[in-house]
Amino acid sequence: MAQPAQAVHGGKTGSAWWVEPYLTVLALGLFGLYSIWLVFFQHTGQFHNYLSPFFSPTQSWGIKVLPALWVLWVPLLFRATCYYYRKEIYRGFFHDPMACGIPESRRKFYFGETRFPFIWTNLHRWFWYLALVVLVFLWIDAIRAFIFPNGFGVGLGSIIMLVNVVLLTLYSLSCHAFRHLVGGGSTRFSCADGSPTTRYKLWRTVSDLNQRHGLFAWISMFSVWFTDVYIRMLIYGVIHPVRFF
Amino acid sequence: MAEEITLSVFRGDRSGGREQEYKIPAMTGMVVLDALHYIQAHQAPDLAVRWNCKAAHCGSCSAEINGSAKLLCKTRVDDYENEVIHVRPMHTFPVIKDLVTDVSWNYEKLRQIPAFQPAINAPFTLQQRDVDRLQEFRRCIECFLCQNICHVLRDHDAKDAYWGPRMMIRISELQMHPLDTADRLDLLKGAAGIGYCNITKCCTVVCPQGINITENGIIPMKESVADKYFDPLGGLVRKMHK
Repeated sequence: MAQPAQAVHGGKTGSAWWVEPYLTVLALGLFGLYSIWLVFFQHTGQFHNYLSPFFSPTQSWGIKVLPALWVLWVPLLFRATCYYYRKEIYRGFFHDPMACGIPESRRKFYFGETRFPFIWTNLHRWFWYLALVVLVFLWIDAIRAFIFPNGFGVGLGSIIMLVNVVLLTLYSLSCHAFRHLVGGGSTRFSCADGSPTTRYKLWRTVSDLNQRHGLFAWISMFSVWFTDVYIRMLIYGVIHPVRFF
Repeated sequence: MAEEITLSVFRGDRSGGREQEYKIPAMTGMVVLDALHYIQAHQAPDLAVRWNCKAAHCGSCSAEINGSAKLLCKTRVDDYENEVIHVRPMHTFPVIKDLVTDVSWNYEKLRQIPAFQPAINAPFTLQQRDVDRLQEFRRCIECFLCQNICHVLRDHDAKDAYWGPRMMIRISELQMHPLDTADRLDLLKGAAGIGYCNITKCCTVVCPQGINITENGIIPMKESVADKYFDPLGGLVRKMHK
């Protein structure tokens, strides 16, 4: 049993511990609502050679499904099972706990990630594999964004799409599951002659990237959002495309 | 710095207790443990506090200072300028007296972890890069602040289901050893209950040794469990690779 006397100051006094979970709920909640709006009320993300990341790839191989929903579930589940987002989601949405040392309101029925639905988080690597497939299509889209009817060119949309796919690549390659797959699961990092193994070098590189996984998670989410907003404004004629050359 | 410090210290035992205020003179460089020693020497000789090295190495003086899990010997009183310093015992473990808690449950769990089983007998030579990961975990001073702040143990009192972050990094340390032959993954998924950890990283935040418990210990172990139980394809590839 824990000590009988309840802590008077259960949480960190004087600190704004509630800011982070509420900001998480706000950011992820708004992104979720925007995604739902896209799925049910928008049917295209294409403006000439620019394609919204929410609608890529456009090929559906005969499967009848809403255009955005065709792809959206992959990055959605990849992010929902991401080790970084799990921390933010459990803190922000489930208050499990809201912050370190803050007493939880729900004390019963905690099973962590041992039962449905959260046991699904163990499948993170599978969503990572699928997210890589989507990433390949996004790279193709980013390259196509530089090919205009009159040949190679650079527009504001081309740059936005390129930055977006670079950020998504950084987010994907800094993933904890990838860190484990490239070398984290190994117990030997040295060859017989004492030199480092290739797996060790890969693991070190991914470990360095992994330290910024949370940063990549947020900025890549906002870049996806921003890319779609930019292309959608072009589709609706709110703004005109900017072409540098 | 103020000339006088006010401390509100928990006084009581397993049956209950309350905080009691003490006013003491401020001294340069004073840590909370110094303040408690002053109280013991001048105002309350029966105040119970566990301590040993006073250098953040023995892990004895874990407590909660203004709601945060900290070492008494590593927390300066001038961090709490113009504040009453509330000092309470670790919330997760039963109080013996005042600031002393019964942490024996942790040692019971440590004993249940299968020991190092080397493939060859010592002495053996290893490359530094092969043991870097283990040496991070060996910095643990067993202060149990991570166990105290873990919400699974603290709020849900699920000690029967989850052994806590300290045990997770002990198992990680053994599992990652290049020469160890024991398999503790069944234990991790079963009795040790790694699935109960939801990676909210409070254990890492409070660790006075700066051990990256979640990123370098718990998540790699969760992935190792996923290797064995949630990734039949990966398992098949590894089998073929062998």
